[in-house]
Amino acid sequence: MKVKVIVTLKNGVLDPQGKAIQQTLNGMSFDNVSEVRQGKYFDIEVKESDEIKAKTQVEDMCKKLLANLVIEDYKIL
Amino acid sequence: MKSSVIIFPGSNCDRDMDVALKKFGFKNQMVWHNDDEIPKSDLIVLPGGFSYGDYLRCGSIAGKSKIIKSVIDFANSGGLVLGICNGFQILTETGLLPGILQQNKYLNFICKNVFVKIKNKENKFFKDIKKEVLELHIAHNEGNYFCSNDELKSIEDNDQIAVTYCDQKGNDDEENNPNGALKNIAGVFSKNKNILGMMPHPERMIDQYLSGEDGSLFFENLIGSF
Amino acid sequence: MIEVNEKIAIEHGLKKDEYKKICDLLKRTPNITELGVFSAMWNEHCSYKSSKRHLKKLHTKGKQVIQGPGENAGVVDIDDNDAIVFKIESHNHPSFIEPYQGAATGVGGIMRDVFTMGARPIANLNSIHFGSPDHEKTRNLLRGVVKGIGGYGNCIGVPTIAGQTCFDESYNGNILVNAMTLGLVNKNKIFYSKAAGVNKPVIYVGSKTGRDGIHGASMASAIFDDKIEEKKPTVQVGDPFTEKLLLEACLELMAGKSIISIQDMGAAGLTSSSIEMASKGDLGIEIDLTKVPCREENMTPYEIMLSESQERMLIVLEEGKEKEAKKIFDKWNLDFAVIGKTTDSRNIELFFKNEKVAEIPIDFLAENAPMYDRKWIKSELPKKNSFSKDQFKSLKLGECLNKILQDPNISDKEWIWSQYDHTVMGDTIQRPGGDAGVVRVHGTNKAVAAAVDSSATYCNAHPLTGGKQVVCESWRNMISVGAKPIAITNCLNFGNPEKEKNMGEFVECVEGISEASKYLNYPVVSGNVSFYNETKDKGIKPTPSIGGIGLLANYKKMITMELKNNGNYLFVIGKTEGHLDQSVFARNILSKFEGPPPEVNLFNEKQNGLITLKLINNNLIETCHDVSLGGILTALSKMSIKGNKGINIFPINGLVNKFQYFFGEDQGRYIIEIKQENLENVEKILKNDSIHFDKLGLIEGNEISYGNDLKISIDDIKQGYKKWLSEYMVN
Repeated sequence: MKVKVIVTLKNGVLDPQGKAIQQTLNGMSFDNVSEVRQGKYFDIEVKESDEIKAKTQVEDMCKKLLANLVIEDYKIL
Repeated sequence: MKSSVIIFPGSNCDRDMDVALKKFGFKNQMVWHNDDEIPKSDLIVLPGGFSYGDYLRCGSIAGKSKIIKSVIDFANSGGLVLGICNGFQILTETGLLPGILQQNKYLNFICKNVFVKIKNKENKFFKDIKKEVLELHIAHNEGNYFCSNDELKSIEDNDQIAVTYCDQKGNDDEENNPNGALKNIAGVFSKNKNILGMMPHPERMIDQYLSGEDGSLFFENLIGSF
Repeated sequence: MIEVNEKIAIEHGLKKDEYKKICDLLKRTPNITELGVFSAMWNEHCSYKSSKRHLKKLHTKGKQVIQGPGENAGVVDIDDNDAIVFKIESHNHPSFIEPYQGAATGVGGIMRDVFTMGARPIANLNSIHFGSPDHEKTRNLLRGVVKGIGGYGNCIGVPTIAGQTCFDESYNGNILVNAMTLGLVNKNKIFYSKAAGVNKPVIYVGSKTGRDGIHGASMASAIFDDKIEEKKPTVQVGDPFTEKLLLEACLELMAGKSIISIQDMGAAGLTSSSIEMASKGDLGIEIDLTKVPCREENMTPYEIMLSESQERMLIVLEEGKEKEAKKIFDKWNLDFAVIGKTTDSRNIELFFKNEKVAEIPIDFLAENAPMYDRKWIKSELPKKNSFSKDQFKSLKLGECLNKILQDPNISDKEWIWSQYDHTVMGDTIQRPGGDAGVVRVHGTNKAVAAAVDSSATYCNAHPLTGGKQVVCESWRNMISVGAKPIAITNCLNFGNPEKEKNMGEFVECVEGISEASKYLNYPVVSGNVSFYNETKDKGIKPTPSIGGIGLLANYKKMITMELKNNGNYLFVIGKTEGHLDQSVFARNILSKFEGPPPEVNLFNEKQNGLITLKLINNNLIETCHDVSLGGILTALSKMSIKGNKGINIFPINGLVNKFQYFFGEDQGRYIIEIKQENLENVEKILKNDSIHFDKLGLIEGNEISYGNDLKISIDDIKQGYKKWLSEYMVN
C-alpha cells in the first residue's frame, strides 16, 4: 500500500526557503501572505497490506531517515 | 561594445563576468535587480550564482524580479542575451529558453573542467571560433537539462542545441555526461539564436594560470561578432 | 520569573564555586537572564578558562603580524597595503547532531569572523575528521558534512581551495569539523571589535532572532514552558543567501566612515558580542531587548540574549549615521534596528518592555571570569620498535604500496572537493588535491597559498613532537607550492580538560606548536579551542589543526606536484633515516601501533625548506612535493598519478632497508623535479649549503620501477588510489 508522509521543519526552526518565497510572493503583490514554511512530501509504496503495520514501518523510516528529529517533524497522512 | 551584467541578490559570478567582459574589450556596467531599466546595451548577461538562494527552484524567484521585464523586452527585440549557469536557469524559468535544469543525476554538486562540443556556429556566440570542442568549467548542483519530447524535437529541428558535453575528441555520448542532461545538452539557444543559456563558465577559463584558455576564445569571438 | 538557585546554575554548566563567585561578585542572587549571561560568558568557549594560561605561550609575534589572537580573526601584512585576515574555527558538536546544518553554519560563522574585520573572503578551507569507515554513522556524517560545507560556501561564492579529511575510530562518537576562511583587506581599512565613545548607537543587522541554539539551558527553558520540544531547537539553521546579502551590505557600509566597531554574533550571540565590544572599549552598554527583531513570538530576554541565530551582526555607529546605514541594509533587504547605546557605566544594562531586566558590571563577565590551572600529566616519549629482517621478508613493495594508496587517510579525496566550488572568483591557480590551494590576490601579481594540516596519530603518540610536526608539515606545504610561509591559525581539538591526560595532551601540543612556530617565524595569529570532544568518557586523539598561509610575490612562480617531463631527474631533499614507528606502513602493513612519531629537527626543517624555496624562486625546479604520510614511495606515486608519468627509481645506497627507505616518515623532506640542464646548478647549491639530498630517479615511461623489486603501472596504482572513497560512498 501507499503511505504518504510530510516532513516539515519544527516550529521555530529558521526556514530560509520559506522566508525567501514569502518575500517574493509579497513582492508579487500577494500582500496578505504573512508566512510561508516549506516541507517535503513522500509517497512510499510499502509491500504490506495491513495499514497499521505499514504505517508503523513508515514511522520507523521517518525516525531513522526521512526526518532529522532535531529540526524536523513528520506527519504520516 | 556595451554590455550589462545583472546582479540579483545571491549572484556570485557577477564580478568574474565583469572581469572577463572587460578583459576582452566590452564596456561593461553592473545593473541591480531592482532597477527599473537597463542602460543601453549590446549584450545583457545573467551571471552565475544562487539568485535568491536558489530557493523554491533555481532561478525561479529571479525570474519574477523587477528587472526581468526589461530583459525580456530586450530579448524579444532581438538583443543579445547570455545566461551562464544560474543565468541559464533564470532564462528557462522566464520562458525565454525552452526546458528546465534539474538536480544533477548523481545528486552532488559538481565542480570540474569539462569538454563541450559546439553544435551550431551560425550565430553570434560561436561564429568564428575555430575549434569544435572547447574545454570549459562547470560548477553546479542543478545542471541536468530536461525538456519534453515535443520540445526536444522542436529545438533539434530549429538547431537550438548550442553545446553538448563530450570528451576531448568530441564524443558526446552518455559516458561523457557529467550530470544526466538530456542528449548531453550543456547549452541551448532561443529560436532566433539571440539568446544563449549554458551551464559551463567560460569566464573561469580566461588565462593560462586558470587551467585553460578556451573561455578566451568564447569572449574573443563574442566581441568580434558585433 | 524563575527563582535562581544553585541547581539551576549547575544545569547551566556552571560549577558550584563558580555560582558562589557570581553571587559574591553581585552581592545578590542573579536573576535568570543574568545567570544566562554569566553562564555563556564563563563557559569554556567564551572564557578560555582552561586554556588561557597555556595559550599565552604561543608564539604570536612577527614583523608580518598586524593583529594577533584576541580579535575576530588574525591579520597579516602581505605588502602594498594588502593584508590577509584569516582564522580557523571548530563546529564539532553541532555537526555530529545535524551534519548538514552543523557544517554549514560552521562555514558561515568563520566567514562572518573574517568579513566583520572588513575583509572580503577569498578562500575557504576545512579539516574534517570522522570515525572509522566501518562505523555505522561515518558514511552519513561524511555525506552530510560535505554537503553542508558545499551548500554554504558554494552559495556565497567563495572558493573552497583546500582541505583535509581523516578517519580514525577515536572520532566515532565525536567528529571534527574545522572551517577556515581567508579574506583580503586594505591594511588601512581594518575593522575591530573595540567600541569607543559614549552614547554611540548600537545597531543590530542581519537575520531575525529565533530560539536557535539556546544551549546549556534545556532544563531552564523547560521551566519556562511545558511545550519544551516546540521551544527548543538547539541546532542553528544556516541561510547562506542571507549571509551573502549581509556580506555585501557590511562591505558597502564599511566603504564609508560610519562604523566605530563591529562584531559578529557567533557563539552566545548578543551576549558575547555586546560584552566584548564594551569590554574592549572600557565602556558600558545599554540594550533595549524589545527592539531586537525577533522571528518568534513571546521570546524572553533570556532567550534573546542567548540565541545563536545565524547571520547577525552588532555594530557601534557614529552618531547621526543611522539613516545612511539603514538605507544600505534596506537595499539588501536585511533587518536593521537601533537597539541601544554605549554608556560610561561599565555595566551591561538590559531593558525589556520598559523594565530593567539585568545589570552586571562588564568586568565581572570578562576580566573576573574564572581561570583554571588544571592538572596535567606529561607524556613520555615511547620506546622505538626494533624491526627484524623477518618482518619484511614476505613483503612485496608493490603490494604494500597498493595497500597504502587505498588507505582511507591517503587515498584520493576528489569525491569530496569536486562538490565544492573551488574556482569561483576566477583567481584559483592551484586547486584542491595539491600541497596547498593557491589564489591570486585579485588584480595583482601576488598570490596566497593556504592549507590545513593535522596529525592526530603523531600527537597521540607524543603530543610535544606531534605539535611541532603539524606546524612543520604546514610550513612544508607552503614551500612546496613556492610560497613563503607567513603565519598560522590553530584549531585545538581535545578531549576533557578536567582529565589530566587530556589536559596534558593539550599543554604539550601547544608547547610543540609554539616551539616550531617560533623557530620557523611562522606565528599563530588566531584560532580557537574545542574541549570536551569525548563520548562515553572516551576522548578523541589530540587533534590540533593548523591552517597555514604563505605568500607568492609573483604567482607565475607557483609550482605544483605533478610530474612534468620525461627525462627530468628527481631528488629528495632531506635525510631518510627510515623512521617507521607510527607510520602508515607500520600500522597498515606491520600492524605495529606503538612507538614514537618521527623526530622533528627544526634546524633541518628550516634549512631544507628555505633551500627548496630558493630553488623554486630561481626557476631551477619544475615540480615539488613534500614527503609526508606514507613516505617517499607514496609521495612519488601521487606525483606520478597526477602527472601521468612513470619513474625509474635509482638503487638506494643507505644503511636502511628498502621498506624503511620508501615508507619511512622522516620529516623535513621534499621531492623535486629537475631538468637535465639545471642538474649541476641544483647540486652545487645544495652542496654549498650542506643540504642532504638523494638522487632518487628519472622520469620515464608509464611505470614506477625499482630494479627487480617493483614494477607497477601508473594505471594500476591510479585505480586503487582513486577508487576507495567513491566506492565507499556508493555502498
